[in-house]
Amino acid sequence: MIGWLPYAVAVWLLLCGLYGVVTSRHLVHLIICLAVLQSSTYVLLLAIGYKSGAVAPVFVDVPPGTPAVDPIVQALMLTDIVVEATVVALLLALAVQAHERGGSLDPAKLASLRG
Amino acid sequence: MKRLRLALFVPGAIALAAVSGLGVRGLHPLGSWHGAYGELLNGVAVGERNATDVVSAVNFDYRALDTMGEEFILFASVIAVAAILKKDDQEGEEEPDEPRPAPDSDAVRLLGVALVPATVIFGLYMITHGQVSPGGGFQGGVVLASAPLVVYLCAGAKTYLRIAPPAFTKLGEAAGAAGYALIGCLGVLAAKTFLENVLPLGQRGHAWSAGNIQVLNVSVGIAVAAGFAELLASFVEEIVESK
Repeated sequence: MIGWLPYAVAVWLLLCGLYGVVTSRHLVHLIICLAVLQSSTYVLLLAIGYKSGAVAPVFVDVPPGTPAVDPIVQALMLTDIVVEATVVALLLALAVQAHERGGSLDPAKLASLRG
Repeated sequence: MKRLRLALFVPGAIALAAVSGLGVRGLHPLGSWHGAYGELLNGVAVGERNATDVVSAVNFDYRALDTMGEEFILFASVIAVAAILKKDDQEGEEEPDEPRPAPDSDAVRLLGVALVPATVIFGLYMITHGQVSPGGGFQGGVVLASAPLVVYLCAGAKTYLRIAPPAFTKLGEAAGAAGYALIGCLGVLAAKTFLENVLPLGQRGHAWSAGNIQVLNVSVGIAVAAGFAELLASFVEEIVESK
């Protein structure tokens, strides 16, 4: 069962983040929950690329040809992190604007967000 | 209100967990998946490109075009933050008094003096050795950009805007992003494909190695460092003006 544990952690993080987004009463808290949600993708990608008994795909102090974990999912994860950082920055800027215009960071109190 | 949200969320979450569980069951158990492309690249990247960090080789060579898209996502988002936080200039001219005064503590200042040079050196090291060991333009750029952040914490917003003036960081970000595309054009000029490795591969394991990978890393490092400094400047100016 240990073989599926990292995938379970990824699903759990996804659901935790979603719960936070749904119940959030503060825009900054909501953005952090989104970051938690997105970190589930890091766990998933790293778990997929892992190989038992393999080293990191960096051949500085191990000879080329040593079994190494998958470099492609790690490169994808790097892209993922960069995109997350930019999304968080953009959302925080929007939160600053929302606070300026609506006078509050509680989504329920922001008239412009009311359905 | 919260009860309504939860009532909507819980059935959806249960369904999502069930579907995810089904999907996960179709994956290989941890450690037993052998991706063909990954194994191929692990085998050939060091010999073909003299890059000992295969992750960097993937990002800046084998799928360098995707990384160009990624860099422009960063570029667009920094511009968007600057645009969202930009104020109409008419409301009250500049120079409202010190918005966030420097902390009056010798210990904090001393720590800053010790941290800034170390951060700059480490950031430059990560940028220039991305093709050798873990690191690269994105990671090193963020480390480099945290040096002005330390200055902001120790010396206040005014000093920050003096050492990282928005005009300068904007220029650096644009130059870094344009540099990536221009280095890609070198491949076209050499009658190969866009972003193909055309520069000399140098000596394996040294800072000057791996041809395009090294130069693209430096270009990304400049863009990321300047971009993050620019992001912080947008938020700092927001504080300066709202006081």
